[in-house]
Amino acid sequence: MDAFLLQILNGLDKGSAYALIALGLTLIFGTLGVVNFAHGALFMIGAFCAVTLQRILNLSYETVDETQTDFLGNPLKVKTPYVESWFGPEAGAAIIDWSVPLAVLFAIPIMLAVGYVMERGLIKHFYKRPHADQILVTFGLAIVLQEVIKYFFGANPIQTPPPEALRGSLDIGVMFGFDPNAIIYPIWRLVYFAFSAVIIGGIFAFLQFTTFGMVVRAGMADRETVGLLGINIDRRFTIMFGIAAAVAGLAGVMYGPLNPPNYHMGMDFLVLSFVVVVVGGMGSLPGAVLAGFLLGILESFASTTWATTTIPGINQIIIYLVAIIVLLTRPRGLMGRKGVMEE
Amino acid sequence: MLGLNKKDTSLLIIVAILTLLAPFILNPFPAGSAMAQFNAGYPDLMQRFVIFGIFAIGFNILFGLTGYLSFGHAAFLGVGSYSAVWMFKLLSYNVIPAIALSVVVAGLFSLLIGYVSLRRSGIYFSILTLAFAQMSFALAYSVLSNPKFNLTNGETGLQVYADDPQILQGANSPDLPHLFGLPMRSTYTLEVGAWSFDFNAGYYLCAVIMMAVFYLAIRIFRSPFGMMLRAVKSNQQRMNYTGLNSKPYTLAAFVISGMYAGLAGGLMAAMDPLAGAERMQWTASGEVVLMTILGGTGTLIGPVLGAGFIKYFENIFSKINDNVLHGWFSFLPDGMEDAMVFIVHPFIGKGWHLTLGILFMLVVIFLPGGLVEGGQRLLNWVRGRRSGADDKTAGKTEPAE
Repeated sequence: MDAFLLQILNGLDKGSAYALIALGLTLIFGTLGVVNFAHGALFMIGAFCAVTLQRILNLSYETVDETQTDFLGNPLKVKTPYVESWFGPEAGAAIIDWSVPLAVLFAIPIMLAVGYVMERGLIKHFYKRPHADQILVTFGLAIVLQEVIKYFFGANPIQTPPPEALRGSLDIGVMFGFDPNAIIYPIWRLVYFAFSAVIIGGIFAFLQFTTFGMVVRAGMADRETVGLLGINIDRRFTIMFGIAAAVAGLAGVMYGPLNPPNYHMGMDFLVLSFVVVVVGGMGSLPGAVLAGFLLGILESFASTTWATTTIPGINQIIIYLVAIIVLLTRPRGLMGRKGVMEE
Repeated sequence: MLGLNKKDTSLLIIVAILTLLAPFILNPFPAGSAMAQFNAGYPDLMQRFVIFGIFAIGFNILFGLTGYLSFGHAAFLGVGSYSAVWMFKLLSYNVIPAIALSVVVAGLFSLLIGYVSLRRSGIYFSILTLAFAQMSFALAYSVLSNPKFNLTNGETGLQVYADDPQILQGANSPDLPHLFGLPMRSTYTLEVGAWSFDFNAGYYLCAVIMMAVFYLAIRIFRSPFGMMLRAVKSNQQRMNYTGLNSKPYTLAAFVISGMYAGLAGGLMAAMDPLAGAERMQWTASGEVVLMTILGGTGTLIGPVLGAGFIKYFENIFSKINDNVLHGWFSFLPDGMEDAMVFIVHPFIGKGWHLTLGILFMLVVIFLPGGLVEGGQRLLNWVRGRRSGADDKTAGKTEPAE
């Protein structure tokens, strides 16, 4: 039982990332009808927002400290980050330590802007063109974004550690009445899961309970009629594109501590997220979230020793296998609306 | 000639002349001169031109005619390579059985994948093929290389070892891929003054095969079967309403293009007896899509042009470094020179993919017909200018009431 629970927990963090990216993909598809192959790149840009903020916070100046000497007796040069001199040593160190969570605030305006520019500058011109063209141009954009990041940050993964307080693991088995040490789980993974739950909840609440969200939903159902009612639906859809980009970016920011960001992380996640969207049902938001978590957990179960010894390599192919079965037996996906992209 | 009309015959003849004379055409600069780095006439690169040309021609039969965008064609290329290397391991280094088997195996494999994937169309088809290709990649990379059943040799890549059976390997036949004793690597170098031209056996084998499959592609494009495929692209629903089942046609197109990919994979292994899983990765599938789009989707010559264009510039751009750039811009004042080098630097060497991505976006946005359409537009523009101003009024059409 505890082993079972552990696998579910293990699947949650990857499942959260899948769910967040797939949610954004579905939002874009549902509102604008565009298949965005550059969405993985947005995830990656989010992760590099965290890297950038970390670098900015660590900008420092050198002073010669007379009290400390190296082994030759020369005074030692000490690097002090600017934030430490501005906010005092302790507060400054705390700010640097919490750079990843702070990067969330830093990333939101950046990702919104990136999404806005992308939609107005490029995607807008592709609404009337076939899906194949949309796939191709966003695929090209993904390559460009990836290479730009590679140019500035290099090809190697960059460590973005979580705050000191959130490192280490938690024995959560004890809380649920299992034996001690049965279920030990890294804290940051729990944080990631909670964070994504908040974001997913926030997006749904936004769409469900605000006037803006209501108009967007109406536009998703029937764009033309909403336009005829005198509402500038394009503008709202553009904002939704920005929000979808921000969701992907935030997923990337917080994912850094789990897996050091590198320039091709977006592509790795993109392929899987597309599979997630398709399994969940193109255009269905709850479907994307559900399928994201389901596939994440399924992948974690397939990675157990029992599964990999029974069928070698099952962990590598399970998601694709599920996708193929779903597409063939229920092409509209788990929760897709009837008739949406079914043929 | 050969059942082609006049225009296609001349196209085929032009392609034949260009491929056969490629060692001359691609080496316009004397060896050792400053411009020699733009020469592309060495065997390895020329082989890549034609092999990727074959791959793109095949992809175009599916994507250009039926409009089905497959994102998993590299899987067939990889399967072709693996089967060819297995033939080297089991039979002999003769390339004929290897290439034949790679085509057959890729055909069977694509029949299987096509049968499943073609039950869906549009974006679902793209994602299904992508999923299948990624699955094949994962299988080849890890699953099928366990000690009990080592089919692909995992990360190292499949290669021929000394203790392989090679039952048909004669005592005198060379110990590397050969065509009835003629090694693929043998190269005859012709020196004319300062120029040197390489005539490579492997290249000519690939070139002859490419001409054959190019001819086949022309025949397919012009056949009633090709018309059916175009009908699938323009309006599949209407085609179904007229009582035609489009499935066998699309499946046939898929298998044919899979066999082209397998042939390309087999040739790749024949030039260099090694097969790795990275050939099946989805970036490799993306590359052939790029080639086809860049050249011109649905045109005969487009994919070949696209493949040549991408492979040539990949090679040239990767070779250029900052020193070369400084040489180019040395005529500028010092500050300007450094600035130019700084600006160009991200796009060259390792930054080639950035250039490729930008180029690809520009083509999709502004020139959906690719290089072929660009050439036609240029031609029309030149013609329009030459014919003078009096045509301007004639060319204008008044809307009919």
